[in-house]
Formats: sequence, structure tokens, C-alpha cells
Amino acid sequence: MTEITDVALLIFMVILAVAISRMQNLFMVAVMMGIFSFLSAVVFTLLDAVDVAFTEAAVGAGVSTVLLLGTLALTTREEKVAKQKNAFALLAVIATGGALIYGTLDMPHYGDANAPVHTHVADRYIEKSGEEIGVPNIVTSVLASYRGYDTLGETTVIFTAGIGVILLLGRALRKGEKS
Amino acid sequence: MKHQSIPRVVGKLFMPLILLFALYVQFHGDFGPGGGFQAGVIFAAGVVLYALIFGLDAAKRIVRPRVIEILFAVGVLLYAGTGLVSLFVGRNFLDYTALDPDHPAHGQHLGIFLVELGVGVTVAAVMIAIFFAFAGRRRLR
Repeated sequence: MTEITDVALLIFMVILAVAISRMQNLFMVAVMMGIFSFLSAVVFTLLDAVDVAFTEAAVGAGVSTVLLLGTLALTTREEKVAKQKNAFALLAVIATGGALIYGTLDMPHYGDANAPVHTHVADRYIEKSGEEIGVPNIVTSVLASYRGYDTLGETTVIFTAGIGVILLLGRALRKGEKS
Repeated sequence: MKHQSIPRVVGKLFMPLILLFALYVQFHGDFGPGGGFQAGVIFAAGVVLYALIFGLDAAKRIVRPRVIEILFAVGVLLYAGTGLVSLFVGRNFLDYTALDPDHPAHGQHLGIFLVELGVGVTVAAVMIAIFFAFAGRRRLR
């Protein structure tokens, strides 16, 4: 039953992706991208990755849709269509897509217990995090404690993004504020 | 959307719930799905909703850009500072057991709490700042 749902959702995502690439109304594209993100959040939920699904729903379907719509309000709603077809671009896209599909052939099968991700440190985290960290959600204990250094790096990346926004658009950010 | 009563009323109803849910996700991340990152984004989404309904200037009066710029750094400093505490006690960087050497699990709990709070503060501040900066620009042309 779950396999049918998975396949149906993935097919729906492919259809949505093709439809998005053919649309010219950018307002529709932004909303459709939100729906696409929401579908991938559902797929993550079916894979029992609720933390990832949560992030995808909040960031992908929520905030980035708003930011895309905000950008559209500043620019234009209609996509400018290229008049002539570019053969080199088509070739580059086919080559990249082919390389990506070729790359997936080497990947472990869905639910494979011998996949590298399950044979490394995952067992140790599952067995020991209860007594070492004492937090019921293992994802949180891996994220914040075992891999705390990585999360510090991620937070710094977000901080850097904020600094970049202040540098580029600092005046727009502070406009209208009484100093 | 300043003069449409349905979005205003619904927005006013939902604002406290969204912010409360963000706090729930923030402080309940140890037990259920969620954590600082998701909580920060949801909190920012609440402010964005407010700005969309009541206008950017009204939102900027509540969440001041100057304060947001400071909160960028506060979150990262809270995270890194939690790590530095364990350095001063003579443990490894970000080893939270140093926060409560007698009860390692308590120390881990406290460490994760502080670290997630740091992530949440930085993420919420940056997301709000990006929205304010985008929405505050005038249309080109």
C-alpha cells in the first residue's frame, strides 16, 4: 500500500515539474513550486523523516513561496520566452540529466539494510543516545549534540546569508524605521 | 490588504497561534519532530503574515530592523558560547556534559536547549530580515 502511495506521489511530482517548466505565468509557477515542496514534504513523512518533512513544509512551501512572490512584485509576472531554440543548451541539459540518472544506478535500493548509511554510526546512535544524551528524539540528539559542530556551521551559514542581505539591501531593510 | 476585513480578522486570530506553535516546536524539539530551525522559520512566517496583512511599516514598528540585526549575531554567539563553556572547564568544544558534570544527561539536555535556542533566534531573525529587505524595495522601472 505504501509503495502505491509513494509511486503515485512521485509521478504527481514529475507531472508537476513538467507543468512548471512549461508555464509562462511566474505567479502560477511560484504557487506550483509551493505545491511541489508540499508534496515532497508528504513523501518525507511517508519515509518516516518527519523532521525533514517539517523543514520542507515550513521553508519550501511557506517562506520561500512568500519570498518568490515578493520578488515577482518587484520584477514581472510574465516570463520572457526565448524566440530561437538553442541546440547547445538542449545538449547540455540532456548530458547533465543523463549523468544524474547514471549516478542513481549505483545507489543502494530503497529500504536496503546494507546501505552504507545504515552500516556506519547509525546503529551506535540508536543504541547509545538514550543513555548518553537522554533525549527521546534521536534526530535532535544527533543534530545538536553528536553533530553539534556541523549545526554550528549551518547556523553560521544562515548568519552569513543575513549579513549578505544587510550589505546588499540594508537601506531597504531599515527604511521607515524611526531612529 | 489594509482595508479587507476577512484577512485582517483571520490574520489576527491566527497570529498568536502561529507564534505559540513556533515556541512549542522550539522547546518541544527534544521530544517530537522539530527544533530551532523549524521554529525560527514558523516564527518568521507569523511576522511575515502580519506584515502582509497590516503593512510593512506596522510590522517594522513591532519587530524593529535594528533589533533583528543584533539578533543575527546573538543566536550564533549563544551557540558558540555554549561550546566555549565546555572549553573553559577543560572538555572538548561543544561537549555539553561539561555543563553539569555530575549528571551528564542533564548537561546534554541543557546544552541542546541552549544550542537550539541559538539556532531558532538566528533563523527567525535572518528570515524576517530577508523578507523586510525584499518587501522594502521599490519596484524598478
